[in-house]
Amino acid sequence: MSDSASMLAHHFDDLDQQREASSLGMWLFLVTEIMFFGVLFCAYLIYRGANFAAFAEASHSLDIGLGAFNTAVLIGSSLTMALAVWSAQVGRRKATVWFLVLTIILGSVFLGVKVIEYSAKFEHHHVPGATFDWHAPYGDPVNQDGAEMFFNLYFAMTGLHAIHMVIGIAILAVLIIPAWQGKFTPEWHNPMECLGLYWHFVDIVWIFLFPLLYLIGRH
Amino acid sequence: MSTHAAELGSNYLTNGFSLKSWLLTKDHKRIAILYMISITFFFILGGLFAFAVRLELLTPAGDLMEADTYNRMFTMHGVVMIFFFLIPSIPAVLGNFLVPLMVGAKDLAFPKINLASWYVYNLAGIITLGAIFMGGVDTGWTFYTPFSTTYSNSYVVLTVVGLFINGFSSIFTGLNFIVTIHRMRAPGLTWFRLPLFIWGHYATSLIIMLGTPVIAITLALLAAERSLHLGIFDPALGGDPILFQHLFWFYSHPAVYIMILPSMGVISEIISAFARQKVFGYHFVAFASIAIAILGFLVWGHHLFVSGQSVYAGLVFSVLSMLVGVPSAVKVFNWTATMFKGSISRETPMLYALGFIGLFTIGGLTGVMLATLGFDVHVHDTYFVVAHFHYIMVGGAIMGYLGGIHFWWPKMTGRLYPEFWSKLSAGLVFIGFNLTFFPQFVLGYLGMPRRYWSYPDEFQVLNVLSTAGATVLGVGYVMPLFYLTYSLAFGRAAGDNPWGAYGLEWETTSPPPTENFHHQPVVTGEAYDYPSLEAKSV
Amino acid sequence: MSHHVVSRKVYLAIFLALMVLTVVTVAVAFVDLGVFNDIVMLTIAVTKAVLVILYFMHVKYSGKLTALTVIAGFFFFVVMILLIMMDYWTRGFVT
Repeated sequence: MSDSASMLAHHFDDLDQQREASSLGMWLFLVTEIMFFGVLFCAYLIYRGANFAAFAEASHSLDIGLGAFNTAVLIGSSLTMALAVWSAQVGRRKATVWFLVLTIILGSVFLGVKVIEYSAKFEHHHVPGATFDWHAPYGDPVNQDGAEMFFNLYFAMTGLHAIHMVIGIAILAVLIIPAWQGKFTPEWHNPMECLGLYWHFVDIVWIFLFPLLYLIGRH
Repeated sequence: MSTHAAELGSNYLTNGFSLKSWLLTKDHKRIAILYMISITFFFILGGLFAFAVRLELLTPAGDLMEADTYNRMFTMHGVVMIFFFLIPSIPAVLGNFLVPLMVGAKDLAFPKINLASWYVYNLAGIITLGAIFMGGVDTGWTFYTPFSTTYSNSYVVLTVVGLFINGFSSIFTGLNFIVTIHRMRAPGLTWFRLPLFIWGHYATSLIIMLGTPVIAITLALLAAERSLHLGIFDPALGGDPILFQHLFWFYSHPAVYIMILPSMGVISEIISAFARQKVFGYHFVAFASIAIAILGFLVWGHHLFVSGQSVYAGLVFSVLSMLVGVPSAVKVFNWTATMFKGSISRETPMLYALGFIGLFTIGGLTGVMLATLGFDVHVHDTYFVVAHFHYIMVGGAIMGYLGGIHFWWPKMTGRLYPEFWSKLSAGLVFIGFNLTFFPQFVLGYLGMPRRYWSYPDEFQVLNVLSTAGATVLGVGYVMPLFYLTYSLAFGRAAGDNPWGAYGLEWETTSPPPTENFHHQPVVTGEAYDYPSLEAKSV
Repeated sequence: MSHHVVSRKVYLAIFLALMVLTVVTVAVAFVDLGVFNDIVMLTIAVTKAVLVILYFMHVKYSGKLTALTVIAGFFFFVVMILLIMMDYWTRGFVT
């Protein structure tokens, strides 16, 4: 308990007040994230409505297997993240560290698959810009502009999501040290909770990205 | 240690004199002072750009600078003033200093994030200054596509990167305020005992949290389109430039309320203190702040009336825009009612507050005019609009900022400002402001479009009036810089509560100790209970 | 006040539910349901998000303020989308 008391910042009355402040702060930050990603979802909705055929074609060129695999990986990482927070809550030091490591591994697998997918796009000239080229077997050249718009959004949305993953993995790695040192106790583990919220939020973004990008008019 | 030191007269200013004790401070009061210095710099810079604009418009011909230079001047005036002065001004200086004091807390909830906010702001400022020194931007502060993405030859990307980063400093400040107000109020300080300054800052923080990310990602998309050809707004790919305007104004219209809501909070404090009355209809004024924050997000489409937005959307946005007039008017009426039968004293802050009420009313009423579809089509993109928003942003926000600086100067520094000079400068600001911007209403109505460096001869008289007014206004703005600095060394000692004002911040010493209060304050009464204060002193 | 600790069984159950829903959403995408394809897809995504928010992010066990913050965030996101779409629908840009 004396250990946790040293975690109390001077301007708070007690650890509860401090914990509630940090949790509210994190949630407010996530609200800004909702609006941040929200703009891209909004743009997606408009252009998908305007170019449905092209969007469906472009969506078919994505690898649905890799997309579904990554979804499963990310949901798995959310489970390990939740268990990492749980371990901190009940004061299991080693379990906390192991679940953090597992989360990092799953997050890295996700990013690795993303790299494979991105490089395929470069190979097929499906990256927006001067070299963008849309033809059989992927689709009809009539839809060249619409498909390029799809890939604009694809790269903007998954790119922004991937940046959030990278930041999340970096913070996970940083938090392993205090977790290993046993700094997190049942009384005080605010950073773990906040990181958990962040990680789950990034997962939620992907929960929407996957069907919106990979599953347009598949039937 | 702190209580003992406090008895010896130690305060936040004397708690360490080294540069490091300032640059690594986590004290919200010191961060407020740091912000004040940075913001003053950008205010002067933005003022110089404005001066260049007004000087060019002295004569009908474009004889002082090229059209292209002129475009850069008004763009940089807008960018610097809006993003680096008006938006952070009251929250980052007065809010930073006063929010913890007013809620009876020792500091903001996240002091490190608060300090980071100042560094992020300066980093953003340096990047934007870099763009300015390399040759500036010419897109207007609105960065409309496709001009900004495709055709402009100026430093758009660098400027936009600066503004993107600057957004984080806003978000850090807003996040800190919301958490502090929710979680760190002193015992007995219920929501409806909070000063209206706090309500104003709470409402502003809500807008900051919901709006800033939208402009950040929108500007990032603009930069991506310009540099990586990731053309979300590109008409060549079936993209819609109007989408940029929607997203831009989703933030930038509520941004006006980011500027004005804290200012309204300042005005409530000043009016009640110098009329020695409770704020009339406290609950209405408090809820009006929240209503303005929420309604503010539903009206942005009135910037797009002539941009190709659908007529139906125009109608809806027109009606919604007028709704904002309701809570704004509630505030103006309640301030007026607060003064009714009050014992009014005309100290300098009160002069600014009275000026605010008049100027904000003109700005607000012309806003309702502009929300009317038919009228807007006539004056869209004319000087009428320029005059309107300067009445809100300068007549409203800056009057509130200066009034607040004078009102709390004794608290911040422990010194009183010189009475005569401050009243003179308040008078000059009021006269100069009206002389500058009232003629612009006429100019706009007569059809002079904004953003042109030359104009037909018949507009010259009004333009000369405007430039003359700007000179007076400039003098009025520069004077406080001198007499406030002077007062730091030579001003009379202020005492803890020179105005006999009500509120937790006046219960501690001036300047406050590092921990803000010598004892944990406990609140037992309503806000602004001046009548009972008067009764006690009689 | 010590805060609620969610049991590991709950986490595991939510994880399984999320996995099942992922499989369902992929499977449904290959069946032609007309306009209902999009509706089903979005409903599943929203359900998954709500599960994550309520259980993994502990909103079910947190105070009203947290719930209000989440709701406010999504509310203004919806406001943005609806008011912008109002223009696009009535302009004929989106069919």
